[in-house]
Amino acid sequence: MAFASVGMFSVGGALTAWIRREVVQRRDWLDDKQFLSGYALSQLIPGATNVNLAVFIGTLLRGLPGAVATLLGLTAFPVGLMLLVGALYLRASALPGGVLVGTALTGAGAVAVGLNLGMGIRLARLNIRRLVPAAIATVIALAIGVFGFRLLHVLLVMMPVSLLLAWWQGPEERP
Amino acid sequence: MIATLLQLAGLFALLSMLAIGGGAGVLPDMQRAAVAHGWVTPHEFLQMFAISRAAPGPGSQIVVLIGQKAAGLAGAAVAFMAMFGPSSLIVFFTARFWHRAEHTAWRGLLERAMAPVAIGMTFASGLALLRNTEHSWTAYGVTLATMLAFAFTELHPFVMLGVGAAVLLAVGG
Repeated sequence: MAFASVGMFSVGGALTAWIRREVVQRRDWLDDKQFLSGYALSQLIPGATNVNLAVFIGTLLRGLPGAVATLLGLTAFPVGLMLLVGALYLRASALPGGVLVGTALTGAGAVAVGLNLGMGIRLARLNIRRLVPAAIATVIALAIGVFGFRLLHVLLVMMPVSLLLAWWQGPEERP
Repeated sequence: MIATLLQLAGLFALLSMLAIGGGAGVLPDMQRAAVAHGWVTPHEFLQMFAISRAAPGPGSQIVVLIGQKAAGLAGAAVAFMAMFGPSSLIVFFTARFWHRAEHTAWRGLLERAMAPVAIGMTFASGLALLRNTEHSWTAYGVTLATMLAFAFTELHPFVMLGVGAAVLLAVGG
């Protein structure tokens, strides 16, 4: 199925855009509204968003076989590649050039951390327009990122708080 | 060996259930637990994170690398199943139901409440990875530059990963 090709080419976190291109634009399996609805659910349900999205699309299209096909299609090739790279990586430190590989990966790691922060900025600019959600996001970022609280504890407190405040504030008025 | 596999399964199944709004948010807890179990050093974790971002496919694939380091192929398989199995089952059972709830009030409420939590977790993971991993000043600079580049330009992440690696090689760590 098409998800194999999606899995192969989606480098560096552009996976959602690729899935949309294949499923909505090229194959016409879903319309944009269905796609966005699936994307919202995929974020809401715990787990990797892209994998959830793939399972959502598979389920809507073909039920259980569809879900299994999209899950495996999306992950088979990348995971196989990952195992290969992982085996190389685990041996690299013992080789003569291993130090250089380590340095290069450290540089890429610094970039990867920056990508996370940049993604946070992007999402915040797109989705947060009011003070209360901004405050919730800030509290969570500081609690885990600076003060080192455990994610589980922070979520147990902040998820109910966020639900309550969202209910109290009501939907955003759209012009 | 069996004990390690069980630990891998337990850890990643739990983290998968906490990963609201995507896999990136659980990275700090994943790093802490994987280091505490003695599977990786904080530095190795960051390098594995870089590999999983550079490779095609979902970013959460870092679990496969950690599982492989901890317990070989079996570890990788267990980590994969624990991370993606339970969440996929939930999606499978809720997909149609969710789809029919398109315009209900509770669905809008859930979506509105979840967005700031997910965004906070994304920031938190970046900050925590910075804090928990020893960084040179050059590396801090690279992180800052990437953050700005990704937030405000359309430059491809793959290019940034390459540039970051080249900069550290040039400066020598």
